[in-house]
Order: sequence, then structure tokens, then C-alpha cells
Amino acid sequence: MKLQGRKIHPGQIQGEALVTAQGISFFGGVDPESGLVVERGHELEGQSIAGKVLVFPTGKGSTVGSYTLYRLKANGKAPLAIINAECETITAVGCIIAEIPCLDQVPLGQLRTGQILIINAEEGTLEVIEG
Amino acid sequence: MELTQEEREILDGVQGRSARKAMEILVALGTIYGAQGMLPVSSAQIAGVSYDNLGEAGLAFLDEMAAGGGRAQVLATLNPAGMDVENWQALGISPEFAAQQQRVIAAFARMDIITTCTCTPYLAGNLPHFGEHIAWAESSAVCFANSVLGARSNREGGPSALAAALTGRTPAYGYHLDETRQPDLLVEVRTRMEGTHAFGALGKAIGDRLQASGKKVPYLRGIEQASLEELKALCASLATYGGTALFHMQGITPEAGQVRQPTDAISIRQADLKQAIESLNDADPDEVDFVSLGCPHLSLREVRRLAELLQGRQVRGEFWITTARPIKQMADRMGYTQVIEASGARFAADTCCVVAPIKGRFHAMATDSAKACYYAASKNRFKTLFKPFDEIVLGALKP
Repeated sequence: MKLQGRKIHPGQIQGEALVTAQGISFFGGVDPESGLVVERGHELEGQSIAGKVLVFPTGKGSTVGSYTLYRLKANGKAPLAIINAECETITAVGCIIAEIPCLDQVPLGQLRTGQILIINAEEGTLEVIEG
Repeated sequence: MELTQEEREILDGVQGRSARKAMEILVALGTIYGAQGMLPVSSAQIAGVSYDNLGEAGLAFLDEMAAGGGRAQVLATLNPAGMDVENWQALGISPEFAAQQQRVIAAFARMDIITTCTCTPYLAGNLPHFGEHIAWAESSAVCFANSVLGARSNREGGPSALAAALTGRTPAYGYHLDETRQPDLLVEVRTRMEGTHAFGALGKAIGDRLQASGKKVPYLRGIEQASLEELKALCASLATYGGTALFHMQGITPEAGQVRQPTDAISIRQADLKQAIESLNDADPDEVDFVSLGCPHLSLREVRRLAELLQGRQVRGEFWITTARPIKQMADRMGYTQVIEASGARFAADTCCVVAPIKGRFHAMATDSAKACYYAASKNRFKTLFKPFDEIVLGALKP
């Protein structure tokens, strides 16, 4: 299965998907030291976003969240790539300054945690190769 | 998005890696929000200055942007820092925090950004005029610039305002365009309005209604006059509670006569203001151990009034006055500072109660600012007492 989206920040990467239907607030919602989701009641609470292709509909919360993505990258705890339905300022700027490949306008309905994805952000494509 | 030759060159790194990174940010935002191209901006106001909010990663990013040759192409000023840059010891800031905060400010200075550290840049030499395109962060100042001055800015975050400063550009979308500046909710104000406290309460009352209705740009009718200080308070409160970047006020703001009056309407009456005020008061006057005036930063007129009220009196506890450094310098010259500090109250220039590292340090805060009440409760876990300016000062005096 191959899906077409829109490039927010380029890069080519292969990795395992971590999918949520809920929005993510990086500032206050993700621990920049460990990469664990710490937002109370979030469906990913307690899970690590480090090294995953993180799939969520859209970002939310404080604009300082862009710096949280940068900090995650510096600590080796950033996601490999980010896939959104609708990217917004916080996530877009965070991906650019942390150099994390990012796509949006991707239909998220068929993506599941554990699938292996190949991202070509330059082309805006995403391929599910396994799972 | 259509880019000019020069913009494409910046994107290719011709002007260095920081300008390239800045242009990447602007192009991404322009793409997301459907901008046709870039607009030149004449001014930037950059948030994300307090080390309390930036952390080590934010500082590392700013150092990298300075090292990569980033230099402001337009007049660019800074939001409040996490401390009084010159007098942090007296305010209980740790030397470790102060050292990191100084590094943040030094990184901005290397990029030719003017280290004003104020949320009221329009009172400190960064004053755009009608119709100018600007890229400002600091939600209260964005609302003031759009509404009161008639300049044009989106609500930028720290990195996007920095990107605009380093390239002199911003993507052409949102409040830069005529159509987005049209009001979508008529607000009939059916009560007499006076003072920063009342205007802050009005911002809370309208802001809550905007949030509930999904409306963005209110058109206010029924206010006969409003001072600089009252408009400053309204802007801060509307931005905090309504996410508002722009309002129009009949007879007072410059675009009010040019826009279409909306058909959807609400009324704000005395009872609505009273409800807004009550919702921001959960502290008993006896519990207050922290008085904070200056959210947004105090004007010279407010500092002068404070000196009148404090002349020959003593305050009971911790009492902070937050303002811009240039205002403090004028207060020094006029002798207001001497009068105020003789009372035991303290200036905290360059900073504010929202961004200073004071979480949990106090129990209950008294203020005339509706915005300060929001952050005191959410960020710092303080109870709040929300009263008019003069009452706050008189309530803080020793008998």
C-alpha cells in the first residue's frame, strides 16, 4: 500500500509506526529526556516515541513544543519521522529545526501501530511494506 | 508557493545556514496555510526568551542560529526574560538560572536582535504604523498591533518570529490579508467601562464567548473611550482567553470604520463582567503573599500613579513591578523609582510574573491583570485576587 501526502520537511526513512488518533502536545506532553508520552490520559501515555514513525492527526498546545522536538533530537529520543493529517505551526517548525522528516495530508485510517513504513518525504509518499 | 529569486537563493543557502533554516520555516508555514508568496516585514517581536520556557535545547538552537550567521534584517525586539537582567539577585533568582538566561540574551544580541525584553515593544521603540506587515510573537502585543495600531501580524511563535527577523519576510496568509481582518461577531458593550481591571474582565467575558462560538474577530460597540492602558489590558485578556489576534472598536480603532459590521451579535452587561471578575478571584485578601503589577508591562503613566499611591507608605510583603527597561529608566530619572522602592516594593524590569521561574514560590497573588490570573493559576499554581489597580496597591499597604 502506497499513500500520497505533502512534504513538510524532507528525508527518507524506514521505521515502525506508532499511531494515535489523538493530538499531541510536545511541550508538557512528551518528556524531552526519555521520549515518553507523559500527558495524563493520552492513549500513548507511558509509551516512547523515540525511533518510531509517529502518526497523529495534528499537534496542539504551546508553541514552545517546537523546542521540545529539538531537545528530543539532541537527546537521541526523537521520532524517526512524523506523519500528520493536518500539520500545524508547532510540529512543522519543530521538525524543521530538529531535521525530522515530516509529511501531512496523509489519510491515516489504514495505518496501525507496528506496521513498517517507508517514508520518502521529498516525494510526499509513504509505503506500508509489512504488517 | 511562489518565491522570488532572492528567496530561492536564501533557501539554497547563499546567505548562510541560519538564513536557510529560517526560510525553510517560513516556506513550510506558507505551504501549510496556503500562502501565495512572501511579504516583506518591517518589524519582528520574538518570544521564547525566558530560560524557564526554552530549556537547554532552546538555548542550543539559538546558539546554533547565531553561529550560523543569523543576523536580523529588520527591527527586532525581545519578549520578557525569566529575570531582571541587571538586578536578578534581589529577586531570588538562582545564579545557575541567571547564567543560562544571560547566555540566551547573548545569543539574541549576536544576531543583532535588540534585547529589550518586554511584552510592550510598542512602548519601547518598536512601534509599527497603520498597514505595516510585521511578524510578532507575544499574543497581547500581536492583538495591540493589529487592533489598536492597524499593523498586520499573525500570532507567531518564537522560532517563526525569529525566522522573519533573519530574513525580513513572512508568508502572506491570515491577518496579513484584508478578508481575514473582517469581524465575525458584533459585541454590544452595555455597561460603563473604566480601568484596566474592567477592561481585562471584558476581555475574559468576550474571550470565553468567542471560544464557545468559534468566532475569531469581535467588533465592539458601545465603548466611548479607552486609554492606552485600558486597551493594553483588553488586548492581553482577549488574547489569553479568546486566542484573539484582532478586534475592532467603533470610534476607537483605525479599521473599525472600514470593515463590514457582522450580523451575529452578543451583548455584554454588568452581570457578565461581574461573573468574569468572580471567576478570577479565588484568594482571600488575607492569604495574599505576592503582589504583581505589570502584565502587560506597566506604562510610564501607571508607574507614576504607583509612585503617588506609595509615597511615604510601606508595603507588607513581596510586591513586584514588571516593566520595560526604558520605562524603568525614565522612572529612575523622575524619582518615581526612589519613592516606590522606599515603600519596599521592587522593580523587576525585563521580566514578568508569567515567565519568571516562580512556580510554587507563593501561595496567592494579587493583580489588576486578567491575563496574569490565568498563568498564575495554570503555570505557577497560585490562587489569585483580581482587583482594580488602586485597590491592589492600597490593599498591599501596612496599616
